[in-house]
Amino acid sequence: MPKPEFVYVTYIETTPEKLWQALTSSEFSKRYWFNTELQSDFKVGSPFALVTNGTPTDDGEILEADPPRRLSYTFRHVLNDDMRNERPTKVVFNIEPHGKLVKLTLTHEGFAEGSTLLDGISKGWPAILSSLKSLLETGTALAIPIAALDIEGME
Amino acid sequence: MNIDDFKPMTVYTIYIASTPERVWEALTSAEFTRKYFFGNAVEVELKVGGAYIVRTPDGALHISGEVIECVPPRRLTVTFNVNWPGLIEKLGPTLVSYEIEPAGDAVRLTMTESHDRPLSDDILSGGRQGWPAILSSLKSLLETGAPLVIKMGPPQRMLAALKELGIATP
Repeated sequence: MPKPEFVYVTYIETTPEKLWQALTSSEFSKRYWFNTELQSDFKVGSPFALVTNGTPTDDGEILEADPPRRLSYTFRHVLNDDMRNERPTKVVFNIEPHGKLVKLTLTHEGFAEGSTLLDGISKGWPAILSSLKSLLETGTALAIPIAALDIEGME
Repeated sequence: MNIDDFKPMTVYTIYIASTPERVWEALTSAEFTRKYFFGNAVEVELKVGGAYIVRTPDGALHISGEVIECVPPRRLTVTFNVNWPGLIEKLGPTLVSYEIEPAGDAVRLTMTESHDRPLSDDILSGGRQGWPAILSSLKSLLETGAPLVIKMGPPQRMLAALKELGIATP
C-alpha cells in the first residue's frame, strides 16, 4: 500500500525569494488562495492559521522555516467536524532553483487511513498552486470558485 | 485490451487561464506540443482508433499509440507506449487520459496515467518526473505566450529499474 500523502510539483518562472514571500504573506495569499489570510510570524514553534473571509479554517505550528528554501508546518482543518478530529498532518514546501526557474515541491503527509482531509487537500492544492504560479508569472491570479473543486462539505 | 482493466497510477491536475478549446489544441497540435513537451511533436488522428504518435525533435518515433476516447474539447484517452524493445511485453501498455473541464474563468486539466498491472514506484518515477514539467510549461505557454525552459536530465531511477528488468533503453 502506498502511504497516504499528496505530492505536487510545479515549475514557476520566478525567484526563490518571491516564491517564499508568496507562501508567507497574506497580501499575496489573499489573491491566489481563495481570499485566505496566512496568520503566522513563520518562526519555528510559532502558531500558524489560515483565515478565510474572517473564519479560521485550518491551524498548526511552524516546524521549519529556512527562507527561501524550505517551509513546513503542521496542518489541521478545523471547520469540518470529521476533519477537525483527524490527527494533525504536515505540509512541507521545498523551493529549489532549476535553471532560470524555480521548482516547487509540496508534500502533505501524515494522514490517517481513509482521511477525509486527504481528499479535500488533494483537490485544493492543485488549484491554489496553479493560481500562485499564474500570479507570479502574469501578475493575475486565477478566478476559480471553490465550488468548482467538488470538495465534499465545502460547497 | 479492455480499458476497465487499467488503474490510475499517476494523476496530475493543473488549472489554466484559458478555454477548453485552446487547451485541447495545445494537447493535440504538433506545433504547440513542440514548444512545451521537451521539443517532442504529438501527431494525432482525432478519432477513435486513430493513430497517436510522439516524435522526438530529430523526427524519430518515440511513443506510439491509438486514440481510445475522443470527445473534443473535453476528453482524450490514448495508449502511450514508449518504443523501447521489450517494454510493452514486460510492463504492458500505458494509457494516458486528459480531462478538460471549465472551472470558473479557468480550465481544469487532469492528466491520468493508468496501467493494467501493478508497477513499482521506480518504474512510475519517469512519468512522475516528466508530467509536472510538461504541464507547467503548457500552462505558462497558454497564459504568457512563452513556454518554460526546463532542463531535465534522463529519468535515472526509471532507467535503472528498466535495465534491471532487461529492457533495453537508449
